Amino acid sequence: MKDFLKELIEIPGVSGYEAEIAGYIANEFRQHCDEVVTDPFYNVYGIKRGAGDKSNPKVMLAAHMDEIALMVKDIDKSGFLRFTNIGGVDQRILLAQEVIVHGRDKLTGIVAVMPPHLLSPEDASRAIEMKDMYIDLGLPCERVKELVQVGDLITFKSPLVSMLGSFVNGKSIDDRAGVVILNEVMKELDKLVYQAEVCCVATVQEEVGTRGAIISTYRAEPDIGIAIDVTHGDTPDASKDDTYAMDKGIVVCKGPNMHPGLTERFLEIAREYRMDCQVAVSPRPTGTDARSMQISRAGVPTILVEIPLRYMHTTVETLNLDHIKSAARLIALFIASLKEGWQEWLRY
Amino acid sequence: MVEVLKRLAEARGVTGNENEVRDIILELARPLADECYVDRIGNVIAKKKGSKGGRKVMIAAHMDEIGFIISRISDNGMLRFLPVGGIDQRILVSKRVLVGKDRVPGVIGVKAIHLQEPDERRKVINQKQMYIDIGARSREEAEKVVKIGDYASFDSDFVCFGDNKVKSKALDDRAGCSILLELLKDTYECDLYACFTVQEEIGLRGAEVAAYHIEPDLGLVVEGTTCADLPDVPDHLHTTRMGKGPAISFMDNSSIANKDLFKRMVKTAEDNSIPYQIKENVAGGNDAGRIQTSRSGVPTVVVSVPCRYIHSPSSVMDLDDFKNTHLLIQKFLKGVEG
Amino acid sequence: MKRLLELLTGTYGPSGSEEDIREVIEKEVREYADEVYTDALGSLIAVKKGKGRKVMLAAHMDQIGLIVTGIDDNGFLRFSNVGGISPFNVIHRKVRFQNGVTGVVSYETELEDIRNLKLGKMYIDIGAKSKDEAKALVNIGDVAVYDAPMAVCGDRVTGCAMDDRAGCAVLVETLKRVRNTDHELYFVFTVQEEVGLRGARTSAYGIMPDIGISVDVTLTGDTPKSRPMAINLGEGPAIKVKDASVIAHPKVKELMIQRAREAGIPYQLEVLEAGGTDSGAIHLTGAGVPSGVISIPCRYVHSAQEMVDLKDLTQAVELLVTILEKEIEI
Repeated sequence: MKDFLKELIEIPGVSGYEAEIAGYIANEFRQHCDEVVTDPFYNVYGIKRGAGDKSNPKVMLAAHMDEIALMVKDIDKSGFLRFTNIGGVDQRILLAQEVIVHGRDKLTGIVAVMPPHLLSPEDASRAIEMKDMYIDLGLPCERVKELVQVGDLITFKSPLVSMLGSFVNGKSIDDRAGVVILNEVMKELDKLVYQAEVCCVATVQEEVGTRGAIISTYRAEPDIGIAIDVTHGDTPDASKDDTYAMDKGIVVCKGPNMHPGLTERFLEIAREYRMDCQVAVSPRPTGTDARSMQISRAGVPTILVEIPLRYMHTTVETLNLDHIKSAARLIALFIASLKEGWQEWLRY
Repeated sequence: MVEVLKRLAEARGVTGNENEVRDIILELARPLADECYVDRIGNVIAKKKGSKGGRKVMIAAHMDEIGFIISRISDNGMLRFLPVGGIDQRILVSKRVLVGKDRVPGVIGVKAIHLQEPDERRKVINQKQMYIDIGARSREEAEKVVKIGDYASFDSDFVCFGDNKVKSKALDDRAGCSILLELLKDTYECDLYACFTVQEEIGLRGAEVAAYHIEPDLGLVVEGTTCADLPDVPDHLHTTRMGKGPAISFMDNSSIANKDLFKRMVKTAEDNSIPYQIKENVAGGNDAGRIQTSRSGVPTVVVSVPCRYIHSPSSVMDLDDFKNTHLLIQKFLKGVEG
Repeated sequence: MKRLLELLTGTYGPSGSEEDIREVIEKEVREYADEVYTDALGSLIAVKKGKGRKVMLAAHMDQIGLIVTGIDDNGFLRFSNVGGISPFNVIHRKVRFQNGVTGVVSYETELEDIRNLKLGKMYIDIGAKSKDEAKALVNIGDVAVYDAPMAVCGDRVTGCAMDDRAGCAVLVETLKRVRNTDHELYFVFTVQEEVGLRGARTSAYGIMPDIGISVDVTLTGDTPKSRPMAINLGEGPAIKVKDASVIAHPKVKELMIQRAREAGIPYQLEVLEAGGTDSGAIHLTGAGVPSGVISIPCRYVHSAQEMVDLKDLTQAVELLVTILEKEIEI
């Protein structure tokens, strides 16, 4: 499981450019399910057919494979690259960051900015904006222009590192950890008897507006949706109102975006199996795939399972691996509990 | 009609938990409709077959209201909350609320004016500093009656006052819901799908789903809308004016009215001598935004009842505007061919 | 092309009131298409039948405008925006209503700091001396557009509504020129793009194409001290990489680049940080439609004097024709 995560985060999979990582995920899924489909936008669907017949629900799980990144916007006269962001990048983390520019070759670059001793004290204390930064490839201008063009992708270099206990850090664990959970759910399901048809979808383009979930939910037409994403882990500088403990279980989100009956049912199963769950609340449509799944076609009752993650959208996202196991186990148990009469749970 | 409005307005239906309102609507709509069901996101659809049938008209009013969701219970038993839908945080202090299914009474508190520094008194109190006090002395005591994720609504009676006015919470859009129920008492040439939608206040989500599965030929939305005919507001920002009849919209942030339907609505009012006004503002949005762009497109028009102090526990409406809105839409629907 | 562009930019058609421009475009395309129809929201669709890929080409025919929200006792019109109207772009501009009534836009001069100018403090003066006189000319809900006939500046032209009548002109010319194609082509002149890509959303659902290509204007980075952007006026059509509404499907983008290279058509690559276009709606239709965008570089977008280079338009037509006449494998 850890190896899968480690490999996943080293494969580039920028929103809109997921072909490579989709191929890798499809290969892994193939070992644990009945059928794998990849659509023209590179959403990957791993389908497992349960023991039930047509009257049993089709459950769609979604976790996004795409990652935030940068993109070349312009090449200046001296060969430095100007760039923009794809997805929500905190511009303050960029300085002195090592990046990979995906031009004709993979080029190493450094994010640079005017040095502090050339700035007035008040300018030096202000957060620098992305438009004032550039990337240094250490190459002469002519070489840069041969190798790089406007629209080329720039990803971060930050492999998975093990920390104390079961903690790890690295880039794009948001939401490759979710993709690992999809894979683990499939393995867990093999240990259980279940009736439903399960469609595990590794979605694309979540970071730019849950676009992969819009089209993949339309294609899959599920009866029930389960979105898997990350939420904020506790840190000393953030309010307890906005964060969740790193060691008290996975997080189940409540609010209008989630089906109340199904969410309650999920929590009941957690209690039944004595698995810890934290409860989060969102008063508006969440920023996850659940946002689009719920209103696909004639509506999809949806629940949202989240894993606490510290330093979200940085290169050192930190996660407790135990949560991946418990999330997969709990989701599989929930699916196995969907038996005859499951429609009753969807009542309002 | 006013009795129904009172019942609906006093019921609680914060976005995400429209249950109380849905149950009343199901009870009242079932005897009137040919078919009545709850869809997968929680909308109530009441279908009334037309005398000729064929053309499908979707008429929508939303069941949900703005309110609160409990996000955390403090060690001292106070409830932290988040607003659901667009709420002006200035109005929250010192309001009564009802929390959870069992209607636990609470108040939105803030420290007394005596304890505030002089400059604090002039500042808007941030919603994040507020809490709901239900009288619990500890987290354990609070947890016996409230769970994280429970919804809370304003606690506000329906009161008739002044010259034919009513005051209540949630007139936006229980006024529309009551009008839909009244419309179901009639029959029309066209097939009528009365949709009582969920989740309008957080992004028109119920209507998007309903329009997809109904596949209407024509869309009509009945709303409660802003009415700012107040002393310090310049004339051109009044939006609508109380007592001047139903407001017909040419455009708002979510949709542009189909020109033919707009003209037809105006003509219906004129032909039947029903007072009406044109909504003089394009701010705000409503379910029409999603109905209009559903599948390959649906011609849509919006008619609203003017409501002062909308999105507060004390919104105010003129009962003649309310009745005339029903009358106008009834006449309009009578004129829609099957 | 110049004549066509002048005709299109001179025709009235703000979002929601596209009747006039639709009629003009319909006349232009009728004899070149196998079928022409208007959908429920008002988008005009000209079909060229074929057995190959179903390709939707979209350019929006609506333009930004000023919508009347109130008429005061002295006959001044209060207004709000239809689409992206900046207060500063409309000060003392001449505007025109559908019935030909013209007026000038001004603002409440008691305003202390012009930076605080908002549309709520502005009005249109149509020369009426009373409410009744104004009401005889204009109704609440009527929309005015810039009154700025196209003018020639060297190889370039300026005028209002180049966004996106330039795209409409490119589509009309492409329809006239494209001959040897097996693909089924839908030339869609969409409505209500400026208020949220609404026409493209519904027309794409109705068509359910295999591929979507929209043609719209984009910004440039070639004016004095402009925001940096690697797009120059007159250096060829731009192939979009991304904007706020869509990331061009890599295969559609690559196909465009390949066809441009083969035909020796100059092109630029566009990374637009803000703004969106019809492909934003088209690509999320149904189970997804791989989509790309060909952009026409345009200076001063959303002002009364938008500037384009006719050469960019002509080359955009060439590029589209070669794409449509060859194989489209995605």
